[in-house]
Amino acid sequence: MIDETDGLTEKTPAETGLTAEAPAETGLTAEVPAETGLTAEVPAETGLTAEAPIKKWSLKKQIVDHGMLLVLLLLCAAISALTVTDIHPEDPAAGRQLAKLALQEYGTQPNVLIVVRDTEADRAFAQAINDELIAGGGNVVGIASGTPRSAILQLTQTLAAGENVDVIATHHFASQWEVLSASRRAQVSDKPIKVISPPSYRWPSFLTKNNLLSILNQNAPIAIMAIGMTLVIITAGIDLSVGSLMALAAVVTAVSLRDYLGGVDANGGSVALAFGIGMLVCAVVGAVAGLLITVFKIPPFVATLGLMMVARGACYILAGGADAVKIDVPAISTLYDASVLGVSSQIILMVILFITAHVVMTHTPFGRYVYAVGGNVSAARLSGVPVMAVLITVYIVCGLCAGVAGVLDASHFLTGRPKAGEFYELQVIAAVVVGGTSLMGGEGKILGTLIGALILGVIQNGLNMAGVDSYRQMVIYGALILVAVVVDQLKKKVINPGVVSD
Amino acid sequence: MSATPPLLEIAGLTKSYPGVQALSDVSLTLARGEVLALLGENGAGKSTLIKTLGGVHQSDRGSFRVDGDRVTIANPRDARRLGISVIYQEFTLIPTLKVRENVFLGHDRQWLKPISQKTERRQAIALLNRIGSQLDPDRLCSELSVAEQQVVEIAKALALNTKIMVMDEPSAALSPREAEGLFGIVEELRSQGIGIIYITHRLNEVEQLADRIMILRDGEHITTQPAGDLSRDKIIENMVGRSLAEEFPPRCSVIGEPRLQVDGLTRGTAVENVSFAVHRGEVLGIAGLVGAGRTEVARMLFAADLPDQGTITLDGVVLNLKSPRQAIAAGICLLTEDRKSQGLILSQSTLHNFGLPNMADFSSKGMLVHRRERKGFQHYCETLNIRISDLQQRAETLSGGNQQKVVLAKWLQSTAEVIIFDEPTRGIDVGARYEIYQLLNELSEQGKAIIMISSDLPEVLAMSDRIVVMREGQVTGILDNKSSQQKVTPEDIMRYATSDQSLEEPLVTPKSFQ
Repeated sequence: MIDETDGLTEKTPAETGLTAEAPAETGLTAEVPAETGLTAEVPAETGLTAEAPIKKWSLKKQIVDHGMLLVLLLLCAAISALTVTDIHPEDPAAGRQLAKLALQEYGTQPNVLIVVRDTEADRAFAQAINDELIAGGGNVVGIASGTPRSAILQLTQTLAAGENVDVIATHHFASQWEVLSASRRAQVSDKPIKVISPPSYRWPSFLTKNNLLSILNQNAPIAIMAIGMTLVIITAGIDLSVGSLMALAAVVTAVSLRDYLGGVDANGGSVALAFGIGMLVCAVVGAVAGLLITVFKIPPFVATLGLMMVARGACYILAGGADAVKIDVPAISTLYDASVLGVSSQIILMVILFITAHVVMTHTPFGRYVYAVGGNVSAARLSGVPVMAVLITVYIVCGLCAGVAGVLDASHFLTGRPKAGEFYELQVIAAVVVGGTSLMGGEGKILGTLIGALILGVIQNGLNMAGVDSYRQMVIYGALILVAVVVDQLKKKVINPGVVSD
Repeated sequence: MSATPPLLEIAGLTKSYPGVQALSDVSLTLARGEVLALLGENGAGKSTLIKTLGGVHQSDRGSFRVDGDRVTIANPRDARRLGISVIYQEFTLIPTLKVRENVFLGHDRQWLKPISQKTERRQAIALLNRIGSQLDPDRLCSELSVAEQQVVEIAKALALNTKIMVMDEPSAALSPREAEGLFGIVEELRSQGIGIIYITHRLNEVEQLADRIMILRDGEHITTQPAGDLSRDKIIENMVGRSLAEEFPPRCSVIGEPRLQVDGLTRGTAVENVSFAVHRGEVLGIAGLVGAGRTEVARMLFAADLPDQGTITLDGVVLNLKSPRQAIAAGICLLTEDRKSQGLILSQSTLHNFGLPNMADFSSKGMLVHRRERKGFQHYCETLNIRISDLQQRAETLSGGNQQKVVLAKWLQSTAEVIIFDEPTRGIDVGARYEIYQLLNELSEQGKAIIMISSDLPEVLAMSDRIVVMREGQVTGILDNKSSQQKVTPEDIMRYATSDQSLEEPLVTPKSFQ
């Protein structure tokens, strides 16, 4: 195709008969050949345009481009600084460490009593101490797992049986029990008994693996829905129905499993099919939104407002007015419970969806079309963009994202909850806006949305840790969204100081 | 030194944006009842000057005096209070309000004081009469033509006791006849002692209206002289910094077989039974007044609107196009009249604008190949001499000429065979115009068929091989402009564009009608 148009450059001056004559006929002076620069005759001038497109790195531009990432990091740093506390490790690794310490400090064959609570994590901790001690030649005289009462009971029994107890190995929590205090120990034994626990250290409780994963886990449904919402908002639209669609997907999944796909006897395949049906229904509602908006020219706000109510009502009808449609199928929790290296499936799903969406938006014609439709719908149409198809697709994608969130919700709670996702649409829109996508359309980045969702999640987590009550949280949350948008506006002024918008 | 100080005196005005010196040390004076034509290429600093005067921008340095008093203009309100009104190219009327409501919109009225409809109507009629307009003050602004909207803008300025009126290319969107009406208004304002700064690209208007001419180039004041002292050539030379002996490049056309044929095209009452043909290597001009249906025809050829009746044939094949997407695939493209709202996505990069209709060329297996797209665009940046600083530069920051070339580049990449230019040089400065004309010539020499809709009569006459004249949705004449012995005159075109005499004695020969 390029061959045709290449003719412009390949043409010799004689062929065009134009450039060669132009200076003489038009009196153009020799210094400005660029003015006639249609042909390859003026390489010197065109060389300028060719080298101009090299981008210069500037700090200002970096800050403008990655401002929200910076905000996220600063937030994390601030919350970390505020949540520094004493951390008392109680995991198996700390147990092994403790056993080594006991072997070092108290001879090669210390007699150790292990004291823990009666929980799964504590038993694992005790087991780790036990294994490590025996491997190192120590002597474990007993493991007391239970209450302070059972601990002191076992200690006295052990001593009464004539066994020696040199060291009690426990964790910080149990080491504070009154029964293990120095005076009580002196009462039961003449010989000194040491109480040791893994060393404590100071670390932000915000910045622990568990806490960070739980932030991701709690916000994954919103972040996933925000992917579809980002596409919709880039086309200068809005979708208010996502919260209701999330519930619809959950309820449809639950009802179809209960009534049509075998009930309690459903196998993995039926569950997968039910998930598929739940998401399909959301895609269909998305397509309806797209048709209302493109064919009937209904503003997106109104079209999706209507669908939001229709979908929510449909949830309650399907649930027969109940608060939840119970699913007694073990297989359904497989989706939510699965994890890789301690990272839950929904976080992995979220990351995969974000990467996919990012690639689609930046590396495919469809992505380009989405931006074009939002930037200027009539110019896009006149440039051959299939505007209607793009818009309908975008709303289908948005519905599908809500469907994914709904299916995850059903898998999590083992029920279809008609109340799921109430007001989620607003949180989803907030995540997109905080992520830097303009409600005017045409601008925005998928990864910005991820950062936006994380910023909101981190703020909420931080407020929880600081013990702020939920009403105050709401006020702070709202105010921070406003700040984010104001900052976004100011940043635009920094890029385009010449453009006056008043 | 006269006893009375000048109406407006600007001294040493300087304004810079990051990386651009928009104005450096510009001074001017304006007397009562004087028309000062402000000329310069796009980017010369005219807009910055008037925006500073209107209070939209603040200058870095420089002083303003109105009636000899030193004043500061910190915002548009200050400017209005001082009697300075700027009529921008983009009108500031509220389409859903009536004429009279718009006229008095900017008035500092008390918020809750009742407005007497009768008084308002009476005052609006008085203001409109001052500029010789009979416009009904109760019409909605959304129903008005561009020219009528302009009248309302001027009345709105007068309602504020304007002493100084700045008009930014007021004739750009007007038909020749409407422009005559505008000139009458300018004369009227002058006779009422209002000082006028008049910005235009059209030199004949300068000759007709201006008392003095001020020329800016690259933010610097080049010269200010009485209008009679500057010849047209001299004006152009001062504007572009070199002499440009001709406004139009010479055109030698070799015309081949018909490529695009239009037969009986009809859509509502806007376009009725329009037929013509464009040949290989031909530039077909379409002239007519604004509202004659020219743009509507172009949109139908491009399938942006669908015709009720009629056929469009390209290279002997009847096209049945349903969308611009199909038109582009068939090799037809349209460079719209309004680049900003229809031709480009202003907030996005020039590169993305260029790539938009050409996604098939720049992707493989569903994925974009960014490198291919960049190379394609760089190729056109060189061949069309598009001046940009960065491929990611937003389209809105380009000058009109460069914007037009970006639009052209995207169509050339899509291998358009029929190129429809709707007002190709509107809002484009003299130097860039010349380049566009040369491109038009080159494209026709490559065998493409070109349709050029234009309200600029000298442009139509200089560039077209044949001229279709339209009036009220119909073709009233197809004039042959090739033969040098009997050139078409502006009067010929205006005759067909304004009266129905041609219907009685068709000038069109059956041969050229094919």
